[in-house]
Amino acid sequence: MITIRSDASEMAEALAAGTITSVSLTEQHFEQIAKVDGAVHAFLFLDHEGALEQARAVDAKRVNGETLSPLAGVPLALKDVMAQKGVPTTCGSKILEGWRPPYDATVVTRLKEAGIVILGKTNMDEFAMGSSTENSAYGTTHNPWDLTKIPGGSGGGSSAALAAFEAPLAIGTDTGGSIRQPAAVTGTVGVKPTYGGVSRYGLIAFSSSLDQAGPCARTVLDTAMLHEVIAGHDERDSTSINLPVPQVVKAAKKLDVKGLKIGVVKELQGEGFQDGVLNRFNEALEDLVNAGAELVHVSCPSFDYALAAYYLIAPSECSSNLARFDSMRYGIRIGDDGTRSAEEVMNMTRHAGFGPEVKRRIILGTYALSSGYYDAYYGSAQKVRTLLIQDFSAAFLKADVLVSPTSPTTAFAIGQNDNNPLAMYLNDIATIPANMAGIGAMSLPSGLADEDGLPTGFHIMSPAMKDDLMYQVGGTLEAALLSKWGAPLLSKAPDLAVNS
Amino acid sequence: MDAMSSPTGISREDVAHLAKLARIDLDNSELDHMAKELEVILGAVAKVQEVAGADVLPTSHPIPLTNVYRDDVVKPSLTPQEALSGAPAQSEDRFKVPQILGEE
Repeated sequence: MITIRSDASEMAEALAAGTITSVSLTEQHFEQIAKVDGAVHAFLFLDHEGALEQARAVDAKRVNGETLSPLAGVPLALKDVMAQKGVPTTCGSKILEGWRPPYDATVVTRLKEAGIVILGKTNMDEFAMGSSTENSAYGTTHNPWDLTKIPGGSGGGSSAALAAFEAPLAIGTDTGGSIRQPAAVTGTVGVKPTYGGVSRYGLIAFSSSLDQAGPCARTVLDTAMLHEVIAGHDERDSTSINLPVPQVVKAAKKLDVKGLKIGVVKELQGEGFQDGVLNRFNEALEDLVNAGAELVHVSCPSFDYALAAYYLIAPSECSSNLARFDSMRYGIRIGDDGTRSAEEVMNMTRHAGFGPEVKRRIILGTYALSSGYYDAYYGSAQKVRTLLIQDFSAAFLKADVLVSPTSPTTAFAIGQNDNNPLAMYLNDIATIPANMAGIGAMSLPSGLADEDGLPTGFHIMSPAMKDDLMYQVGGTLEAALLSKWGAPLLSKAPDLAVNS
Repeated sequence: MDAMSSPTGISREDVAHLAKLARIDLDNSELDHMAKELEVILGAVAKVQEVAGADVLPTSHPIPLTNVYRDDVVKPSLTPQEALSGAPAQSEDRFKVPQILGEE
């Protein structure tokens, strides 16, 4: 029987067979949200009306015998960084409070065309800057495994919605790990496709050369099915890749890694990584060897500089991108009393509308780009980017995919890193290199850490436009782990609906 | 950390200047707090200078890009009403903004 705990692929099959309707499935998810989201706070906005309208339309088409997309009728949670026509879109910021976009992001257009039911918009760190959702202007999301812990970030709302069975599918965006780290700490799956693999049109920009939208779900196959819906060339994004989408669904179903070389990155383990995270990582490596893969050890020395380069490049690009929030064309406007100049109103609006982390990064980026410091900071960071790409190229000569733990620790306590931005930034140490080089990467659950019983993530990076390889390895590992565990990892999470 | 990677101190006045460039009013406590934080963050990220030799070319973008042109064909776009739908103030189908120039 299909329940909210079923995989999206199972829901899709039942919908196709006519044993359940999209309206019923959508209503079941809204019921679960009503039960648990008071505690989890994954959603910023629920679109009951729009979702049920889409569900009814899909059900009607199916009754009429129309050919539908494989995921038609399955519900989804959309990160609030994506413009959706007529639906409040805040990007987690006060500065966009009340804004309803007049257009759909390309990702949203493709979801709608595929008959996917968008339940609502999910919480996130303001403008996707953060690793915990604590930087949201609308309150923190709580990790369904332990409500006192962070759900990761910036896409913590999307990952928490999956882990709390509020949605079987979700959309995230990943600039330095914002899909993969939340997936790791909530025991879910998240993929950052190759840069340019999914259109950025309508994705509110943070750092344009790093931002990439991607699919999130509870299984590798579900993630692959969503990947194929949203990926592919878009003439509205000049950085969109005009090549066929890698066959990720086929790869996820392969369940075979014989002959594949798995490269273990020396620089992405050891110091700073929690023991329980490393234990689950090393066991997963054994599982892959047992499944026929060959392990090779690779060194990427410039990875030690990736975090530093990222925290120059991303703030620099953000200081430029966020200049558009000027209180003139959309968003809030503060202090326009008829006596103040446009510049004064702009200064007051940005003071009131941006939170501390966004201000910190805009100021840092302004510094890194300012005359006299440009070469030493932004220029040097761009050179590190070249070195990272060279390290990846060399490593991919020795290995088909590269692997590491996704996040160095399990979910930390809400409030723990409040006054320590540098400690917060370390969460992304293993995920950032893939963004800097534009390659695809995935996180999938590898178990629970011994120390705290919280989920750990296994990270797979594949060469650009070979996204299918990470799905092949991820799907095989997931099957091996599932047979070891006897049930999905999320079955061990507390049932939040019980006490509601 | 070597001498080269230690940034010169970031003063409160430096932050105020950056905030002016970035068009963000910062109050006194924000200026004090951010001057300290920026110094710590810059101290950490200055590490990039250790490996950014003159022989390394910079990369601005992860994939090689060529300019994309489209045919010069008129396509449906937002109506003025839609484009103005999020405007804080509007007048005569235009964005209405506070005064740009001083009164003098």
